[in-house]
Amino acid sequence: MNAPNSLRTQPDERGHFGDFGGRYVAETLMPLVLDLEREYRAAKADPAFHAEFDDLLEHYVGRPSPLYFAPRLTAELGGAQVWFKRDELNHTGAHKINNCIGQILLAIRMGKKKIIAETGAGQHGVATATVCARFGLPCTIFMGARDIERQQPNVFRMRLLGADVRAVESGARTLKDAMNEALRHWVANVHDTFYIIGTAAGPHPYPELVRDFQSVIGREARAQMLARTGRLPDLLVAAIGGGSNAIGLFHPFLDDSDVKMLGVEAAGYGLDAEHAASLAGGSPGILHGNKTYLLQDEDGQITEGHSISAGLDYPGIGPEHAWLKDIGRVDYTSVTDAEALDAFQLLCRTEGIIPALEPSHAIAAVAKVAPTMDKSAIILANLCGRGDKDIFTVAEALGVEM
Amino acid sequence: MNRFSSAFSKPSPALVTFVTAGDGPTDAILDALVAGGADVIELGMPFTDPMADGPAIQSANLRSLGAGTTTADVLRIATDFRARHPEVPLVLMGYANPMVRRGAEWFAAACAQAGVDGVICVDMPPEEDDGLGVALRSAGVAPIRLATPTTDAARLPAVLDGAQGFLYYVSVAGITGLQQASQQSIADAVAALKQATDLPVAVGFGIRTPEQAAAVAEVADGVVVGSAIVEIVGAQGANAPVHVRDYVASLKSAIAASRK
Repeated sequence: MNAPNSLRTQPDERGHFGDFGGRYVAETLMPLVLDLEREYRAAKADPAFHAEFDDLLEHYVGRPSPLYFAPRLTAELGGAQVWFKRDELNHTGAHKINNCIGQILLAIRMGKKKIIAETGAGQHGVATATVCARFGLPCTIFMGARDIERQQPNVFRMRLLGADVRAVESGARTLKDAMNEALRHWVANVHDTFYIIGTAAGPHPYPELVRDFQSVIGREARAQMLARTGRLPDLLVAAIGGGSNAIGLFHPFLDDSDVKMLGVEAAGYGLDAEHAASLAGGSPGILHGNKTYLLQDEDGQITEGHSISAGLDYPGIGPEHAWLKDIGRVDYTSVTDAEALDAFQLLCRTEGIIPALEPSHAIAAVAKVAPTMDKSAIILANLCGRGDKDIFTVAEALGVEM
Repeated sequence: MNRFSSAFSKPSPALVTFVTAGDGPTDAILDALVAGGADVIELGMPFTDPMADGPAIQSANLRSLGAGTTTADVLRIATDFRARHPEVPLVLMGYANPMVRRGAEWFAAACAQAGVDGVICVDMPPEEDDGLGVALRSAGVAPIRLATPTTDAARLPAVLDGAQGFLYYVSVAGITGLQQASQQSIADAVAALKQATDLPVAVGFGIRTPEQAAAVAEVADGVVVGSAIVEIVGAQGANAPVHVRDYVASLKSAIAASRK
């Protein structure tokens, strides 16, 4: 039960997190978005829905993911104990699958026959193609043509899983354009098509339902940490593109006032150059169905994000993070490409874990903050994806020919 | 009588034409629209992410932004249009973010100052319109709402609440400029909308030939044509005005003949 002054009761009935969120979509989509909300309310109250979700997470995804104390990284950093929530051990190698399981169960419940999704790095596309194969639903993935060039292994994975991967040639040909194209396709196919959005953003109820499905991360971690150490962590750390792994970790702890939280955006080449840090370098605006912090110019034109991590270079951020920043409950920082690359190698070397470039941003932030904390303190970071997909990018950045 | 009432009380249904601001020689193109017989002008505000638009208007947005068009330019185009054409209703059409960037009140005041009669904000449904809609109405600018094939009877009152100017019926569930709806579905939808509102109902999406325009004019108060005009601008560039004028004139005469 949440207390009346709980931070865990957002959004309001119109989908607003404070000033953020909402449902800024074309009229054609409004009835469907309202339908989805009704259906999600019913599913949320249905024990059978939860039972099927939990069963798939346990036996198909491989949950609960371990909570792991990183001894050599902790020793190397010389400060707080560093623990990881090992969501990179999930089926498909990242946290994205948690949300896809929940959404495809909703799609089936609503009688939808086709699935669409957008993807940037390809992780959400792979997770969506996976659940579509598992449930036998046709799947179309919209992916920027430039991202397709950068992420060939994931494109091949999606095709192996039976997905139709559509190259998006409009705009800058990256994630935001893929999302535009998915919305365009959805508008023309609302009668039979469900759109599985990959992050805790978009029109209400997506930010709420994606958060709820991803909150399994934080619920497990909270119980595991209490069981292992008898206490809660002092600091949670997670990387943020749209923010789904971070909100999934943070949300179950929001009312634990002694637990501090740090969200880590992608600073790309630096905050004074090209980056993808919407909170640090952006301002409030409206895009893709919600009001949130955006990278934009003085006229409200959206600017391109850059990060070495294709999963983080989105010019917006989930609206709940925008709210948590404004009320000061969560601190947000940013990490450059170069710092993330160092952290990537640090974890490989000290713990024998190859992290994705997305959580490498979180690890870089941990590496900065852990030495400043007491050795009795506990940091819990979300290791939200594994790095197999990124080895070509990292090799290129390090000047290694493969 | 405001400009909308005049435009929609002529003997023939109104011809509503769209062009993207800053794509090609916009001032001359606007004059060509009027010369060809357009009764209402929709001036598109370019946006980097026009997610409800098809390829033609997407390209027009990118061409305009590529040419450096700013919000100030759009307002300047509107102001100059109003000075040249005191009687023709002018609507700004676009997406929420460029409209509310400096605040809804700022935008509403700028529209009023520029002589803009109405605003269509594609991704601002009535559920979120307590900012922009209120500001526009207080500034004397009409918030023009969209109804679609997915807008059911239960939802229609919410769409109509606070709507002014005219009602824009988006005849297909889809993006701009592609397929057209069947005549019967348009006739049925317009009849249902007319039961619910006294506002004129204009129909758009996918209308490009004079024959299509004439058919829609049989059943609606207005016919909206956008992508076909924008395609002429894309193909003809600096030479677009004369071609736009001739094309619009062909639509206009077909509409004028439709109810004879």
